[in-house]
Amino acid sequence: MGLRVLAAMSGGVDSAVAAARIAEAGHDVTGVHLALSANPQSHRTGARGCCTIEDSRDARRAADVIGIPFYIWDMAERFQRDVVEDFVAEYAAGRTPNPCLRCNEKIKFAAVLDRALALGFDAVATGHHARLVDGALSRSVDQGKDQSYVLGVLTREQLSHAIFPLGDSTKAEVREEAARRGLTVADKPDSHDICFIADGDTRGFLSKRLGSAEGPIVDQEGEVVGSHQGAHGFTVGQRKGLRIDRPAADGRPRYVLSIEPVSNTVTVGPRSALEVTTITCGRPVWNGPSRRDDLTVQLRAHGEVYPCRFQESGGQLTIELDRPATGVAAGQAAVLYSGATVIGSATIVSAS
Amino acid sequence: MLPEAIEAMTEQLKRPGNASSLHATGRQARRVVEESRETIADALGARPSEVVFTSGGTEADNLAIKGLYWARRPRRRVLISSVEHHAVLDPAHWLGDSQGAQVELLEVDEHGRVHPDTLRNAIERDPDDVALVSVMWANNEVGTVQPVQVLAAIAHDHGIPFHTDAVQAVGQLPVSFAGSGADALTLTGHKLGGPMGAGALLLARGMTPVSVLHGGGQERDVRSGTLDAPAIAGLAAAVTAAVRDQEAVARRLTALRDDLIKRVRDAVPDVVLNGDPAGRLPGNAHFSFPGCEGDALLMLLDAKGVECSTGSACSAGVSQPSHVLLAMGADAAAARGSLRFSLGHTSTGADVDRLIEVLPAAVERARRAGLS
Repeated sequence: MGLRVLAAMSGGVDSAVAAARIAEAGHDVTGVHLALSANPQSHRTGARGCCTIEDSRDARRAADVIGIPFYIWDMAERFQRDVVEDFVAEYAAGRTPNPCLRCNEKIKFAAVLDRALALGFDAVATGHHARLVDGALSRSVDQGKDQSYVLGVLTREQLSHAIFPLGDSTKAEVREEAARRGLTVADKPDSHDICFIADGDTRGFLSKRLGSAEGPIVDQEGEVVGSHQGAHGFTVGQRKGLRIDRPAADGRPRYVLSIEPVSNTVTVGPRSALEVTTITCGRPVWNGPSRRDDLTVQLRAHGEVYPCRFQESGGQLTIELDRPATGVAAGQAAVLYSGATVIGSATIVSAS
Repeated sequence: MLPEAIEAMTEQLKRPGNASSLHATGRQARRVVEESRETIADALGARPSEVVFTSGGTEADNLAIKGLYWARRPRRRVLISSVEHHAVLDPAHWLGDSQGAQVELLEVDEHGRVHPDTLRNAIERDPDDVALVSVMWANNEVGTVQPVQVLAAIAHDHGIPFHTDAVQAVGQLPVSFAGSGADALTLTGHKLGGPMGAGALLLARGMTPVSVLHGGGQERDVRSGTLDAPAIAGLAAAVTAAVRDQEAVARRLTALRDDLIKRVRDAVPDVVLNGDPAGRLPGNAHFSFPGCEGDALLMLLDAKGVECSTGSACSAGVSQPSHVLLAMGADAAAARGSLRFSLGHTSTGADVDRLIEVLPAAVERARRAGLS
């Protein structure tokens, strides 16, 4: 007897093929498109954004081809509260959030999963490129498309109701399969960036929401070297867009080292000052096996991985990197892997 | 589709011919169109010249609302009920947004009825400025039947044209165009067992709305476009059959519907029946299920083979609380927790049995999922 599976369908190629695969495997699949914007645009412009009316139609069309029932769930309020407002608040607090990760944590595998379970479903399937091996989250075989990082915050309980049918395939294979199955989304462009910032202008979005307030850009000695229109427009590790008139004494480029929202101060310095080896994290989640061999940590989406050691005490996780990392921003997730398997994650608080 | 409509339509599909052409096959097609016109007029208490064929209800409503408004300028007031279908509501609001109209929504009571006094008072605020009045014959969501004849007479007291969207009524209720007093009446094929994409506006002589579609002027110079003779033949056959059988079907569906309502109430004691308890469409039962979201309930029932519908869906497919229920005074939660069960000529007692068998568990489950 198959499972009753809710397939979250964004209108893209990945979720369409994911739904087709589980339906073909004999499960009782229902497609659901999540309407995340209260005022959706009617068409996509390029690869940016999602949740347009066109996307919901693409999802419905795919569901019709697969031959499964299809519904639209209105999650706009929850998304606004748990993802968009959280995103703005995190920037306002000088941190760098990852909204995709938050959406998985709070919407797809929380609000949607809870509702699905209440309605009698057994699991939620998505088109994420990741694998579940004996219940443990692992990297996709497609290194370039792997999305285990943005799923690394899920709890064991959440993962126990998740199905990721694409983890054993590359993106190219998924597209090919979509074409073979007659899914018209086979060559739809990948979505990038942040879905609720349709024009891709994150800084513009934030200044609209948080306003602009002039503040100083200072160097490590505290000397003012420039000014900015709002500390929320910056991310640790950022080099471009600082608009500092005076070059550094050594003539080398300067990077954002830290952001202090209360005094609205952005501190800059040389690349070497960005290098950190000790990362302090909060909110640890242990969702994987207890093995500790071949330990690495990933510090941002599609970021490098670093061999590491860690210790946990009093709800705080301290990670020691074997070699220094740069551009480590508070608010991002540190996802710990043993080999290709996620063993847990935590939220970065500070790094030194 | 009704078998006689399929037969009439497929018979014509084999024949080429443009009803506007002068040659023999054209004459043949024209004969089919004109006989269909006569048949429809006869079945609905209209004169043949009063039948203007359209591509369906939406086009007929647009022609009536926009066309009569434009023809009656500089009068600005457009009075429509607050429970109209979007095919009336949206053209009216468009006139308000971009054509200088002043759209006034007539209030309804808790059952969805427009009271004659409501219309009279609205008109009398400035009768000379009213371009038209439109009140639907029967509501598509909650099934409430409006006192069309009385409302039309009130409009006529002031010389104002009266349109009624009777898409839901033809074949379900006795409908006479002449008897209703309306100046314009919308009907559509697929609601009465005919083809989709074929409908008509019954338009009293002397009514000359400004065209929405300009071109060859095929239909009384009011509507242009090559006529779809096969679809019109199917429409005529369907109207004939639907009107012929209306009384018997209504009797059967009313009994079935009353049984459904009684058994739903027994199965889910706190359910609320929406719409006029007495004056409603025979095949309509519309409920609010407290604590449930209509979409969730629909999905659960669909999975058990029971097909029903929530209110109206917007273009993104996200259900909005029904404007009809909101106008009747329901709060947004009750409006979102509503479902309509429609019974038609293929519905049987076994369908009702099946619904009652699966409904309690579905309601319980939907309640657990709550209103998200």
